[in-house]
Amino acid sequence: MKSNIILSGVGGQGILTLASIIDLAALSQDLFVKQSEVHGMSQRGGAVQCHVRISDQQIYSDLIPQGEADLILSAEPMELLRHFPFLKKNGWIITDSSTFENIVNYPDKHELYKQIKTHKNHIIISAKSCAKELGNSKVCNMILLGAAAEYIPISEEKFISAINYLFKEKSENIRLKNIEAFKIGQQKAKDFVEFAY
Amino acid sequence: MKNLVLGNEALAQGAIDSGISGVYAYPGTPSTEITEYIQTSKIAKELEIHSMWSVNEKTAMEAALGMSYSGKRALTVMKHVGLNVASDVFMNMAVSGINGGLVVVVADDPSMHSSQNEQDSRFYGKFAKVPILEPSNQQEAYNMMHYAFDLSEETQLPVLLRLVTRLSHSRSGVTFKERRAQNGIQLPINTDRFALIPSNARKQYNRLVEKKATLLEASEASPFNSLGQHKDRSLGIIACGIGYNYVMENLSEDLEFFSLLKISQYPLPKEKVKKLYQDCDEVLVVEEGYPLVEELIHDYFGNSSKVIGKLSGDLPLTGELTPNLVAKAIGLYRQEPSPVSDLVVGRAPQLCEGCGHTDLFNVIQEILPEIGQKKVFGDIGCYALGALPPVNAVNTLIDMGASITMAKGAADAGVKNAIAVIGDSTFTHSGMTGLLEAVNENTSITVVISDNSTVAMTGAQPSLAVGRLKKICLGLGVDPEHLKMIVPLKKNFKHNLQVLRNEVKHKGVSVIISERPCIRLSRDSKQQIKQKIATLN
Repeated sequence: MKSNIILSGVGGQGILTLASIIDLAALSQDLFVKQSEVHGMSQRGGAVQCHVRISDQQIYSDLIPQGEADLILSAEPMELLRHFPFLKKNGWIITDSSTFENIVNYPDKHELYKQIKTHKNHIIISAKSCAKELGNSKVCNMILLGAAAEYIPISEEKFISAINYLFKEKSENIRLKNIEAFKIGQQKAKDFVEFAY
Repeated sequence: MKNLVLGNEALAQGAIDSGISGVYAYPGTPSTEITEYIQTSKIAKELEIHSMWSVNEKTAMEAALGMSYSGKRALTVMKHVGLNVASDVFMNMAVSGINGGLVVVVADDPSMHSSQNEQDSRFYGKFAKVPILEPSNQQEAYNMMHYAFDLSEETQLPVLLRLVTRLSHSRSGVTFKERRAQNGIQLPINTDRFALIPSNARKQYNRLVEKKATLLEASEASPFNSLGQHKDRSLGIIACGIGYNYVMENLSEDLEFFSLLKISQYPLPKEKVKKLYQDCDEVLVVEEGYPLVEELIHDYFGNSSKVIGKLSGDLPLTGELTPNLVAKAIGLYRQEPSPVSDLVVGRAPQLCEGCGHTDLFNVIQEILPEIGQKKVFGDIGCYALGALPPVNAVNTLIDMGASITMAKGAADAGVKNAIAVIGDSTFTHSGMTGLLEAVNENTSITVVISDNSTVAMTGAQPSLAVGRLKKICLGLGVDPEHLKMIVPLKKNFKHNLQVLRNEVKHKGVSVIISERPCIRLSRDSKQQIKQKIATLN
C-alpha cells in the first residue's frame, strides 16, 4: 500500500495542520510517513503546497514524482490546478470552491471550475461557507479532510483520534467543532453528485 | 510510536542527545527550526543548554568556538549564505582545531525557495579541509549528530554538516536513542594552537594538511558511505546526500541490478569511487547543488566521458533535483505529466495586509519623483518584497547590511539623495558597521530603519535590536538633530513624508527609525516588546 497526497492552498489556509493530522493518523497505524512542506518566504500570502506520502514500506523521496499523486486536496481551486502535473491518470482531486483572490490577474473562477470538472474523479465542495454555518471559519480545512478521508488509506477512527490529539490543548468546544467539521466533510463528499455554479 | 519530526528537528534532538552545552545561531530559512526546537525543548532547558539567538552568524560561530575551547560540545547553525558571514572564523578554526566537539550545521537552499543564491556549502568544507557530513534522511540526520561530535573530538576539527531545504523541511517518523552527558570544563592542554600568530599558524596549518590521510581513512570506513556492486557493468551510480533518495525512489525494486555508491561523508572516499569507476561502463553522479563530486572524479581519472551528471548535461546545473529528473538521467521512462492549465498564474508572496513596511514604502514611493528613481538600496527581510510589484520601491537586495554601504558607495560616486532601507535585526546583524563609516565621512545618505521589532521573515524570532536602535545610532555618532523617529501608519503619511523630505535634503548622514511592531506578533509578544523598550530607555 502506498498513497501520495498533495495538499495545496495559500499561506494561512491551514495546509500544514491538515498535513500533520494525516501524518499522525498514518504513524499511529504503523505506516511510514514523509511530508515535505514549505516554510519561509512563500508563507506570506503566496502559494503553498505540501507533499504527504504514506506507505507500508520505506519511502525514499520526500517529493512525490510527477504523475504519481493519488490525491490532490486543495483549499483553493486555482492552487489545485497548479499541481496537475503530479496527478495520476485515475487520481482524485478534491477542492473547496471558494477562491482566494489576492492577485490582480486572478482567472475567471467559472473557467477554473470547468477545467476541474473535465477530470472525472473530482469533488468540489463549498467548505468555506459550510464552516461559516458551523460558526467557525477555521474548521474549513477539517471539512476538506473529511471530504478526502474516503480516498486516503487511513481509518476514520485513526483520523478522529489524530484530530483529538492535535487539539488536545485547545478547548473542548474547538476540539468537538473540528470533529464535527470532519464528519460534515465526509457526508458532503458522499452526497456529491455535481458542482453547479 | 516514532516521533514525527522535521529533518531540522531530528538533527536538533540529535544534538541534545549527543551532549551539547550550547547552540549558537542567527535565524535563516531553511535552518531556523533547529535552534527553535532546542529553545523550546523541555529537556534542553533542564540541562541548561544555551540557545539564545546570536546577533549574526560570525558572532554565533565564534561563541561556539569559545564553548568548544572550554572543553564543552557546541553546535552552530546557519543558512548557506550565513556561512559567508562566518567564513572568517570557519576557515581559521580549521587551522587552530577545536577542543570540545564542534559541529557547524549549514542548510543550503537549492532552487532558492527563500534565498538569493544556491551556493553549495560542501565547497566551504573542502576549502577549509574539514570533514563534511550530508544526511539523506531524517533518521540519518538524527544518528549523524552523535557521529559528528565523535568525529570532531577524534580529529580535533570542526565538522560541517550540510542540509538542504528538502530535508530540513520534510517530516518523517524518527526513533530517538539514549542521551549522553555533557562534557565538563577542560581548557586546552596547550593554548598555542588557538593563538594563530604566524609562527603558530604555520605549525597548525601543516598539522591540518597532514590530517588529510586520517580524514580519507575515516571516509573510506564510514558507515554512511556504502558501496553495493552488481555484475551488470553498464551503469554505476554515485548518490550523494539527498540525491540517494531520488535514486532509490526510482530503483529500489531493481536495486540488485545496479552498482550504487552512497556518499554521505567527505572527503570523497577515493578508493570506493575508484572501484565503482573501474567496474562500470558509465558512472552517473547524482548530487544536490554544484557538481563537486563530478568535478573531483574528472580530476581523479582525467576528463572521462564515462562520467555523467550535471557537467555532461544529463542533470540540470541549476535548481534542485527531483525524482523525475533523476529517472531521466538513469535512463528510466516515466510517463509525461499532464501540463499545467493556462489559467494558472503565479501567486508571489506579498507583504501582509496592514504591514508597517507598506506604509513606509508608500511614503518612499511618494518622494521618488522629487529625488529621482533607482536610488533606494534595500536589504534582507520581509521588506525585500518592496522590490516586487505593486510596491516597486526598492532597487537592490544583495546581502545582509548591503543597503547602507551600497548607498554610501553610490553617494561617494556622486549619486544624490541615496536612501537605504534596512530592518531592525538586519541593522544589528551587519548594518551598524556601515553606518559608522558613513558617519565618519558624513556621507549624504538617508538610512531608514524599518523597525518591526522582530525577525519577521523567518517566523518572528526576537530581534536583539529591540529598544536599542536609537542609542546605537547616537553611539555611532549620528547627529541627534538628524535622528528621527516616525510611526508608519496611514494617518501619519503627511508627517512622515515631510520628515523623509527634510532628511533626504540634509547634507550628511540622517537616520529615520520607522517603528511599528509586526502585525503578525501576538498581543503577548507586543506587550513584552513594549516592556523591554520601556526598561531600556
